[in-house]
Amino acid sequence: MGSETPPDLAAREDGAAPAAPRSLGLSRPLPLDSGQSLERVTMAYETYGNLSTARDNAVLICHALTGDQYVASTHPRTGKPGWWARMVGPGLPIDTDKFHVICANVIGSCLGSTGPASLAEDGEPYAMRFPVITIRDMVRALVGMLDEMGIERLYSVVGGSMGGMQALSMAANFPGRAGRVLAIATTSRHSAQNIAFHELGRQAIMADPDWQQGAYYGTGRAPGAGLSVARMAAHITYLSEDGLTRKFGRRLQDRDAVGFGFDADFQVESYLRYQGSGFTRRFDANSYLYITRAMDYFDLAEEHGGQLARAFAGHRRGTEARFCLVSFDTDWLYPTAESRHVVHALNAAGAPVSFVELSAPYGHDSFLLDVPALDRVVAGFLHG
Amino acid sequence: MVEGVEALRPDLAVIFRSVEAGSRALDVGCGDGALMAALRDHKQVDARGIEIDGAMVERCVARGLSVVQGDADRDLACYPDGAFDYAILSQTLQTAERPDRMLKELLRVGRRAFVSFPNFAYWRMRWALVRRGRMPVTRHLPVSWYETQNIHHVTVRDFEALAHDLGIGIERCWFFTGTRECGRGAANWRAEHALFELARAD
Repeated sequence: MGSETPPDLAAREDGAAPAAPRSLGLSRPLPLDSGQSLERVTMAYETYGNLSTARDNAVLICHALTGDQYVASTHPRTGKPGWWARMVGPGLPIDTDKFHVICANVIGSCLGSTGPASLAEDGEPYAMRFPVITIRDMVRALVGMLDEMGIERLYSVVGGSMGGMQALSMAANFPGRAGRVLAIATTSRHSAQNIAFHELGRQAIMADPDWQQGAYYGTGRAPGAGLSVARMAAHITYLSEDGLTRKFGRRLQDRDAVGFGFDADFQVESYLRYQGSGFTRRFDANSYLYITRAMDYFDLAEEHGGQLARAFAGHRRGTEARFCLVSFDTDWLYPTAESRHVVHALNAAGAPVSFVELSAPYGHDSFLLDVPALDRVVAGFLHG
Repeated sequence: MVEGVEALRPDLAVIFRSVEAGSRALDVGCGDGALMAALRDHKQVDARGIEIDGAMVERCVARGLSVVQGDADRDLACYPDGAFDYAILSQTLQTAERPDRMLKELLRVGRRAFVSFPNFAYWRMRWALVRRGRMPVTRHLPVSWYETQNIHHVTVRDFEALAHDLGIGIERCWFFTGTRECGRGAANWRAEHALFELARAD
């Protein structure tokens, strides 16, 4: 999610060093929903702000599909500022003068945590031998990381989009682990439309001859074209029609008339191609397959006997956690109705919940962008 | 009076005094959450709210209150039976799509309900209607008929009749003129607004 900026190739080639990546290994194998388990799991993470001596001020931020642990620090591959730098920092809504903010790369991803590009026990990359994981598996790994860190109970777990799914999953499956649950622009289940868009992306990757059944590591070829198309399709779902119209309309790219060909005549085409190719420089195609699969499998109600309210039964007396859900009126990927569905279930379970639909023009991506009302809600919920 | 309570509107101040400490309450149309905050801070009430205005919800969230942005006509349905000791509906009944259904819903989710509303039979209203022959615009109902949210004007007597028809018990009632409580005598004439405490008939 978010926009790609021009990659600073020079800086990358001479290895402009980001701060040393931080990671820890889980001391126990990670049991997975598939029945398999993952050995020697590495969790790569970043932290901001100090942990209090009582260890009670930790805020875990869960990232979205293509996000990473660099929530408020420079991305080592792109040189871009953190993806939520506008939200996380000293004096910002998630105030690092007050909170110890932790953000970890989810398992299955490609920024240092164990994923399909990691080496299996035979010393070769897992590729498609990596087990299919779920959102709950990602959360199990995060909880395992918190155990290693000695953090028994989070002050709050916060996430947008897939990060919100993790926040809700943590609340459902580990009800004692977080005191406040803030889930933004998210859903309790992937809809047919959500799955359809993801399948389009996966098929684009797998149709790329350079994908090589996923075993492209070390071959000098990678399915960049497929991954780029996947990203372009997904990127459209993150924006609103109105936003695209305002930003591009039917304006042409560096020309006065259409070229009667298939170059990027329109600015919107040029923009999407740029988003797509920028993405391939920072993300692994197999990770994209695995993480979209995890999101498609996500159905919090189904995990709990088909009733979403039962997923939150651990919060019945309202003593475990307070919840806050936020949706955006232009988000058609996870529309307001999905947040309301979660809110109704929390009400039915008797859990204390707040909900607000904010107005913002940017579609699903609104949670990452300049929406002052979101800042106020996040700050209000965490400090109130 | 305890801090934060003296600022409450008179009907809310009565509700504040009447709600049992440590109980569970749902404030339907909770506005900026002033009553909820007072109940939480001074009476250890587990208070929840519904509010249609997003800016108000923001303020509630910043106060640490649990408030859901929603429409009381629709969203009460998602609360389980008897989830609350009290359901509170202040100055909102006259905006409901179906006030009769709203009362039933309040007493489904709450064992008791507090309901307050502006009394359309208040003498100044009657006088304004008689004298000018136009829908009254007053201190309590300051908006013209075509843009008011008050789509079901109700009088004290109408309300009592509806409660009777629905088999709802009126436990207590309070009447107000301006910011002051007034007596029950000739309340349908004298009261600018009214507050009722209701209980299920059973």
